[in-house]
Amino acid sequence: MKHTLQQIFRSPNFVIGFAIFMALILFVFIYPLVVPDAPLAIIAQGTFFPPGTYVSVYDSLGSTQYTLNLQNASAARIGSKVSDTDKAAIKDYLVLVGVPEGQIDLTDTQKLLEQWKTNYDPNKNISGVTNAKRNQFIRLNTSLQNANSDQGIVLASQDPTSGALTQTGTVKLTDYVDINQIASAKVLPLGTDNFGRDVLTELVSATKVSLQIGFVAGLIATLIGLTLGLLAGYIGGMLDDIIMFITNLFTVIPSFVLLILISFSIGQDQRGAVTIAVVIGFTSWVWTARAVRSQVISLRNRDHVNLSKLSGHSIVHIILSDILPYIASYVVMAFILQISSGILAEAGLSILGLGPRTTDVPTLGLMMNWAMIYQAHILGKWWAYFPILLDIALITFSLNLMNTGLDQVFNPALRD
Amino acid sequence: MPTNNDPVGNNPVGNNPVGNNPVGKKLCLSVKGLTKEFGFGRQKNVAVNKVDMDLYEGEVVSIVGESGSGKTTLSKMLLGLINSTEGDIYFQGKKRDISSYSKKQEYWKNIQAIFQDPFSSYNIFNKIDAVLLDCINMRGGRRLPQAKKVEMMTEACSFVNLKYEEMTNKYPFELSGGQMQRLMIARIFLLKPKILLADEPTSMIDACSRATILDMLMKLRDETGMTLIFITHDIGLAYYVSDQVFIMEHGKFVESGSPDDVILHPREPYTKRLINDVPKIYEEWDLTTV
Ligand SMILES: Nc1ncnc2c1ncn2[C@@H]1O[C@H](COP(=O)(O)OP(=O)(O)OP(=O)(O)O)[C@@H](O)[C@H]1O
Ligand SMILES: [Mg+2]
Repeated sequence: MKHTLQQIFRSPNFVIGFAIFMALILFVFIYPLVVPDAPLAIIAQGTFFPPGTYVSVYDSLGSTQYTLNLQNASAARIGSKVSDTDKAAIKDYLVLVGVPEGQIDLTDTQKLLEQWKTNYDPNKNISGVTNAKRNQFIRLNTSLQNANSDQGIVLASQDPTSGALTQTGTVKLTDYVDINQIASAKVLPLGTDNFGRDVLTELVSATKVSLQIGFVAGLIATLIGLTLGLLAGYIGGMLDDIIMFITNLFTVIPSFVLLILISFSIGQDQRGAVTIAVVIGFTSWVWTARAVRSQVISLRNRDHVNLSKLSGHSIVHIILSDILPYIASYVVMAFILQISSGILAEAGLSILGLGPRTTDVPTLGLMMNWAMIYQAHILGKWWAYFPILLDIALITFSLNLMNTGLDQVFNPALRD
Repeated sequence: MPTNNDPVGNNPVGNNPVGNNPVGKKLCLSVKGLTKEFGFGRQKNVAVNKVDMDLYEGEVVSIVGESGSGKTTLSKMLLGLINSTEGDIYFQGKKRDISSYSKKQEYWKNIQAIFQDPFSSYNIFNKIDAVLLDCINMRGGRRLPQAKKVEMMTEACSFVNLKYEEMTNKYPFELSGGQMQRLMIARIFLLKPKILLADEPTSMIDACSRATILDMLMKLRDETGMTLIFITHDIGLAYYVSDQVFIMEHGKFVESGSPDDVILHPREPYTKRLINDVPKIYEEWDLTTV
């Protein structure tokens, strides 16, 4: 026993898989201690805020201001204010007024703005430019002027009765605040989703729920498969025929179709995470049952079983102590695979909109479902779906890796 | 028909399954038309084909045949571990009834076995102490004080020249094949069954341990008076130990009788071939001593 454990932990596949899996589990359990937010709390007004650190503007005005003279600060500021579409519009205009195309460099924002300043004339009539286009250039000019301003901003407070403004301060271009001194800042490493929820917090909670679903589904599937396989294989006869009939029924109906039908008939209100896990478990025991049965059939005529019979042991004792230990490694492997296929099954169901009730808890499948419905993939909001895909891939990859590692230890034919 | 050639000239099963033979020994196990087929149709393989045999209490009976002749299959049927396709087995004059598991358990109190391959006879997950403890429990010693149990196990071990202290707390893979088979004999020592079926108990171990194991088996039989069914492919060994010899070819008994009749005056070419295959030592020994 101890010997086998040592061997398992010497298998590189198992160790890598185990390490990834444990890292995930640790993260899932430690993260909520650090960020104790409710996973489904809507914190953002608006959809798909990109990943980043969100700093309260109000608080940053109130916090201590430092003056830093940084060389490329203004370039960066202008660069971030002038979008690619703005640049394209500038180029359009410059070409229209006759600037040779070779002189226009879209990567040099500052030069582009200078060219605009010297060439733009709102009163100039250029042939072939529609009114709408002309208005667009006017709007562009206004916004560019703001961007290019090197004035600070005046802060004012309003008198509640008279409505008169009094200057309370100015913000100069060289004013900085220390982010650590700002009363309120929020790191959203994976941004927000379509509902305005913190994707990372949601993802951690979803990982936990999905693992639980996979675990429960795998446990149920393995228990049912193991029990039926043991009974059919060891007792044989009529019982075997009946169990094999049921197993064959389940084999010919694809389990995912069955899963869809059952989930659909349960109805949205009844579908909690646990219900879904149970349903997945009850539809995926078939292969475990078949495999266990065939292993038991090859075991039941072995001499150590015969000796146990001759030593007066009961059938239950023989199954538990002479058959089960021999297939235990196999069952553990099947269980690990069932966990990962349970997680995938939940994801599949949820993408079809048949997953757990959406108001309770997030699951990996539900998050995929939301990202898909709100077209995160089309809008290019990668943070709303890619981390989930990566998470599912990591979980199943690590579980499968562990399984391969176990297989190498338990199955001497695969050892190198 | 092998049973018609019975040197004793008597086939009690034929006319009177409950009867005794003329010498006055009691019939222990008798087998009538026992057949085992594996597979169906084209795949059908008759491993044991209409076998008849009578075993008397306290006898040593050898079943000799080459590999694949059906010896193990026959012994599994005698043990009630597999079902026969056809034929009956009478145990102590009554037709054997093993229709339920509890009836089988009842039957197994009387018959025990040592299997061909010691390495597959043990549950690799259990410590070997369990094997001997099971025997004490089976013989009603479950409530005995621990010290008494240890004493019994120590005695059984020393019977087969094993040290109990060296056997305890070990897993089967820590033993040699010879030690494993000796422990199996220690098991029989504790169980003292009416019938012992030893299926080539020495085929997997070296010649030296083979002789020791054989000696122990014979000593045990002398002490307990049990019926010993000895299965082997080694006809010289059969001659050396047995009261009755059955020669098995392709699932059939082709010749049977006392070892003197069968081995010194074989009639079947198959038997002659088996005798010729025996290493010279036996042959010389056979011819000079008889
Ligand atoms: N469970 C089984 N299913 C199908 N065929 C079997 C089975 N067990 C044995 N046989 C066949 O029955 C025949 C007799 O086998 P058996 O094991 O009784 O031979 P054996 O005389 O004990 O040989 P050996 O000396 O090698 O042990 C063989 O042809 C074997 O292939
Ligand atoms: Mg055999």
